[in-house]
Amino acid sequence: MSDTFTLDGKTISFTEGQTIMQAATDAGVYIPHLCYLPELKPHGSCKLCTVKINGRETSSCTMRAAAGMVVESDTEEINSQRRALIHMLFVEGNHLCPTCEVSGNCKLQATAYHLGFMSPQFDHFFPIRRVDASHPDIWLDFNRCILCSLCVQASRDVDGKNVFGLSGRGIKSRLIVNSKSGKLADTDMAVTDKAAQVCPVGVILKKRTAFKTPIGERTYDKKPISEVPDTPAKER
Amino acid sequence: MNTNSIQPEGITGVVDRVVARWRHDPTCMVQILREVQETCDWLPPEAIDRTQELLGVPRTSIEGVAHFYSFFYTQPRGLYRILVSDNITDRMLGNMALLDRLCQSLWVEPGKVSEDGLVSVDTTSDTGMGDQGPALLVNNYAVTRLSEARVDEIVDLVRGKVPLAQWPADYFKVEDNVRRADIMLGHALKPGDALRAAWGRAPAAMLEEIKRSNLRGRGGAGFTTGLKWEACRNAPLKAGQQRIVVCNADEGEPGTFKDRVLLASHADLVFEGMTVAAYAVGATRGFLYLRGEYRHLLDSLNGVLERRRQEGLLGKGILGVPGADFDIEIHLGAGAYICGEESALIESLEGKRGTPRNRPPFPVTNGYQDQPTIVNNVETFAAAALIAVHGGDWYASIGTKQSAGTKILSVSGDCERPGLYEYPFGVTVRQVLEDCGARDTQAVQVSGPSGVCVGAGEFDRRIGFEDIPTAGAFMVFDQSRDMFEVARNFVHFFQHESCGFCTPCRVGTSLLKNMMDKLHKGLGSRFDFAEIEQLNQLLKATSHCGLGHTACNPVLDTVAKFRPAYDQRLRRQDFMPAFDLDMALAEARQMTGRQDSGAHFKTEFGEG
Repeated sequence: MSDTFTLDGKTISFTEGQTIMQAATDAGVYIPHLCYLPELKPHGSCKLCTVKINGRETSSCTMRAAAGMVVESDTEEINSQRRALIHMLFVEGNHLCPTCEVSGNCKLQATAYHLGFMSPQFDHFFPIRRVDASHPDIWLDFNRCILCSLCVQASRDVDGKNVFGLSGRGIKSRLIVNSKSGKLADTDMAVTDKAAQVCPVGVILKKRTAFKTPIGERTYDKKPISEVPDTPAKER
Repeated sequence: MNTNSIQPEGITGVVDRVVARWRHDPTCMVQILREVQETCDWLPPEAIDRTQELLGVPRTSIEGVAHFYSFFYTQPRGLYRILVSDNITDRMLGNMALLDRLCQSLWVEPGKVSEDGLVSVDTTSDTGMGDQGPALLVNNYAVTRLSEARVDEIVDLVRGKVPLAQWPADYFKVEDNVRRADIMLGHALKPGDALRAAWGRAPAAMLEEIKRSNLRGRGGAGFTTGLKWEACRNAPLKAGQQRIVVCNADEGEPGTFKDRVLLASHADLVFEGMTVAAYAVGATRGFLYLRGEYRHLLDSLNGVLERRRQEGLLGKGILGVPGADFDIEIHLGAGAYICGEESALIESLEGKRGTPRNRPPFPVTNGYQDQPTIVNNVETFAAAALIAVHGGDWYASIGTKQSAGTKILSVSGDCERPGLYEYPFGVTVRQVLEDCGARDTQAVQVSGPSGVCVGAGEFDRRIGFEDIPTAGAFMVFDQSRDMFEVARNFVHFFQHESCGFCTPCRVGTSLLKNMMDKLHKGLGSRFDFAEIEQLNQLLKATSHCGLGHTACNPVLDTVAKFRPAYDQRLRRQDFMPAFDLDMALAEARQMTGRQDSGAHFKTEFGEG
């Protein structure tokens, strides 16, 4: 038995226990998101998936659907908030799309295009962040980290390894690696780990694969992110 | 404080002792790191190695905690770690000049460690001494009523490497400053009175009294206490679970210090209230989460708990009743305002980073270690003890219709008699100002930075959930104060205390701080007001918790009510860049030691 709610006027059916995000995804409706992946527990931190439920804003990835809810998502008001959040993520880190090897496969970039975000007006923070190339098969460019925690969860809950964790507080929050040296080479991370597949941006990168697929022929070069489902373990 | 004491046992010996004391329990991570640091003066890598070995948790979960809380240091910070309280009321009392004096005399830069590794000096968020500031913490112990003379004496003690235990006791004296007592601060209950009254009823009847009293939470949000307790009582227990009672004494809202006094002088009343709550909801385990700034209260509070156990008022078989079991453990915070949010507090109690949880589910059903948990403010529990003795109807008859009982206000700032004032709800702002001896008052910040700024035209407004709800802070500003600087201080506070979990608060509070600093430098324009307005809407709509929801309030309130304080800072009406060519050369000037005209840009950017 399933109940329904409305999302931007469209009737969406859901089963008991489903979140708004899950029900919308099943119905083929895209709600922008960065820290959510269907196979991992919702984190609720990026806030891109904020929707209005009966007039009140909530993260759709963590809110369970209830019968009769009136949900707004694709409105100018909410999309303008999402643009501001994208804007914040861009100025907080060091995101240089033209020189980034995941350009075209990057969810931050693709979501920015989807929402019509073009150029930042907030001052850039230009934080000083490390690059870790110690691992034979993987390198980490922390400049692009948006603190979505997907790698933390994937490593812990899927790989059973706890390779990553969050440290610091506030604007100094950062991703750390589980070794005394702080280097990835000193962990048991493998390139086949789930944690190596889930980064929505260009932090966790497989070595020697950067331009196998040329710019212009990548996932979001071909289709907007709203038309590309979150398939598990997408190959880059 | 006592680096020499690590010599006999060594760092691993210290960790072994502390971890054993905390039962090898990773949920006590915050307490373990705190106690290790108390002996080692910081958290050296060997201590983290050993903690990891003993607890078998990922290193990331230890480092993540060590780097989350302001009071933990993973780099050496000196034998003496001095943190100057930096609330706006400390500023009004001249804390910055005293900080300068301290730094210059000790030859140390703010935020850094002296070259000989002896001492570090930095600022910290309000330490809860607003009635007796300026204040500082040295190795987490509060020093009050700072003056130039006291600062000079501290410099001599530090230079002479005098152990903290031998510093004059007067430095550490914390006065209660109770100026107006009512039913709570003037109660005459003896330990056990409230318990005997509660045990005289069935648990469900005790809960009914709380509901009849119309008691609402004193932490600021004002949720009905009876409903919270009832939800916890009715929440199903899974196998091996128990119900939990948590007292939130993480009194971090700048300008609030009432819980400090309740715990210093009425600890029995608070513990009694917790025990009454445990009886009413069927809980067997309790925690007091005490803010790290109140380290000076820890030993005496543990003493009170021990005495209560001996008197049969706590522990197994309370009042001699078989099966009436409830005990309380104190956990100390480590410098994180966000842990006053109940789900972040629970995370901290579990030994984790203090990040607010996704809700629902709420703590009443899924709280501490996924068990049904009530989290209430110190003052709420004290009120519950009074209700147990005098009954719900008595309590409901005090105050106003929607705000039963009394409220303790922590009054500080521009007034003759700062301290605690307990009133029945419904008192006007004007009455409080009269009683505390405030003159030429320009504004009052009620309930701290996340509360509301009340201007002179609104002094007939009333304290209560119907009009101005408050967690207790009442900061008074006279006509000489610059309300822009008040708001800027609060914005810096929120930026420093944002936990960093969600995008809008993590980045937005930093953007807001930058904008306020831009205005402070005289580089503001109307464009910036529009930006601030937009940021506010975004933070209110999309932030994860109350910190982000309220972070823009101080700015919006003061822009609306004290516009001239902002207007005088506007250099241009439309737009002004934050970037300043001359300021960009400051670092180069410092490095080369030049201050001549050739090292400065004279022309202004974008003139005309």
